Amino acid sequence: MRGVTRDRAISFALVAPSIILIAVFVYGFIGFTGFASLTKWDSLTPNFTFVGLHNYQRLFATVPTDRFLCDLRNTVTFTVLFLVSSIVLGLGLAILLDRHIKGEGIFRNLFLFPMAISYIVTGVLWRWILSPGSSQTGALGLNLIFEKLGLGFLKWGWFTDPTILYIHRDSGFGAFLSHIGLGGLASPYIGVSLAMISVVIAATWQMSGYTMAMYLAALRGIPTEMREAARVDGASEVQIYRRVILPMIRPVTLSALIVLGHISLKIFDLVVSMTGPGPAFATDVPAFYMWDTTFRGNNFAQGAAIAILLLFVVALLIIPYLVSSTRREVHA
Amino acid sequence: MTALASRRAIRPGTVIVYCILVIGSLLFLGPIYLQLVTGFKSFREVSLATMWRFPRTLSLASFAKAWLGSEAQGMNGLAANFMNSVYITVPATLLSAFLGSLNGYVLSKWRFRGANVVFPLLLFGMFIPYQSILIPLVQVLENIGLYGTRGGLIFVHVVYGIPITTLIFRNYYAVIPDELLEASKIDGAGILTIYANILFPLSIPGFVVVMIWQFTSIWNDFLFGLIVTSSPSLQPITVALNNLAGSYFVEWNVQMAGALIAALPTLLIYIFLSRYFMSGLLAGSVKG
Repeated sequence: MRGVTRDRAISFALVAPSIILIAVFVYGFIGFTGFASLTKWDSLTPNFTFVGLHNYQRLFATVPTDRFLCDLRNTVTFTVLFLVSSIVLGLGLAILLDRHIKGEGIFRNLFLFPMAISYIVTGVLWRWILSPGSSQTGALGLNLIFEKLGLGFLKWGWFTDPTILYIHRDSGFGAFLSHIGLGGLASPYIGVSLAMISVVIAATWQMSGYTMAMYLAALRGIPTEMREAARVDGASEVQIYRRVILPMIRPVTLSALIVLGHISLKIFDLVVSMTGPGPAFATDVPAFYMWDTTFRGNNFAQGAAIAILLLFVVALLIIPYLVSSTRREVHA
Repeated sequence: MTALASRRAIRPGTVIVYCILVIGSLLFLGPIYLQLVTGFKSFREVSLATMWRFPRTLSLASFAKAWLGSEAQGMNGLAANFMNSVYITVPATLLSAFLGSLNGYVLSKWRFRGANVVFPLLLFGMFIPYQSILIPLVQVLENIGLYGTRGGLIFVHVVYGIPITTLIFRNYYAVIPDELLEASKIDGAGILTIYANILFPLSIPGFVVVMIWQFTSIWNDFLFGLIVTSSPSLQPITVALNNLAGSYFVEWNVQMAGALIAALPTLLIYIFLSRYFMSGLLAGSVKG
């Protein structure tokens, strides 16, 4: 009996360092960042004068800078395009590979290898591929290929293009929107930043192998009898996928949305190495703004406010996921 | 007969599947192809109009320049940074794997009251945007004298590696039957003896998965390397590569060679140990 209490004590001692480290370096630090975001700390010397939500309000204003509003627009653009493309591509590849074809392992590894590479390497590679070229250099990268293939009309500025697609206030539809009281939607902050497409392409190249692996694991988990039964009932291959298989792998889609979604909210490395903030903040994202304003601009309180907002959105996505998956475990 | 007929009927479909997969593979390999042909071209041969073309002669000059740097251009080579990454990644990987193994052991086999609360709280640590801890992190590292050192980066990677390593080991140990432990408990073995004699010897595949995962993510880390180090000679390779690629005077073929040097260790691990790489990947998202 004495041995059991001793073992209990040792077991606590084994996990205590980790629990204390996480308590301090995750929760304590988040607390400090939250505190700093409410202060006037805008230079290298800490200044803990309380300013309330001033730093947050500034982020949502258009003066002196509308940078954060651009960041939010870019994050939405990036997240939606990136999630759709990696899920569609990953699922498509998984369905093709699920047919027990020869050389499956080789194909699988080919689609997955970008996962092993750092975002910095990916960014450097894709910046070279998507460099649009100039009048001095002529077309480069993909633009050069388009030109050679006679598809010159596809050439464009990629990540250097500052175009934002949005509903203009003085367009017909914009006037209609303000007429019905939705004039706020006709704003350059509610739109699509075309330059983000380049970052989406690089990120999809890197991450779609991951969704493929998740879907493939799920497809392999579906008993063959179920497909056979559907086939016997006269269902076509397409119907089997639509009616039987896709509904069964829906939980994987949810996991993929959450995991990739939180990655895309935090995207930083790829933006740094590919584009930076871009023309008129066309490829700026909150994680980059935070780093820029905190560690280059020494505006610690402003950076802290961005970090807390970022954490808040990530937590909204992750906490329900964590709670449901740990609860599922307890019931099982 | 019908089986034969149906097999023959599937064939055109199979051909299409192969075509799509081959085209897809070529597209996925496109960036690597461009990286290799650019990196292996001699400086004389680099011309923007022929950037996609295969080099006429294979030259290692770009790799030499990316590795050693160029005094004339005032460009630092990546050699020192590559070694920094080795000195940071190897100890951090070993330490965090060991820590994760102990945590996983206790959380799966010696569950204490409140473990159900502690575990998700630990896990949340791997999802947070690190921006939310960077400001105090820099202050604390400065105060304890670890800022700007390799030791500081090792420490940071070990701390923020706790959630994922704990998760993988906990799921790994959860499938080891408790009866195995009960038997030695009856024989009077204590918690540490059981770990050393029973769990640890069974943990080798778990360690391989965790170490591959940690090695890859620490080697590929950019944010912590950027924030925690300031002197170029102590920066890890990802930060140095980004600086190299960001300077306008560095030729594209040197950038591509540098990118290959930076990617090589994790690519080699992936090529030789892809099976374990997959398990780590799926462990991060699908809870056991």
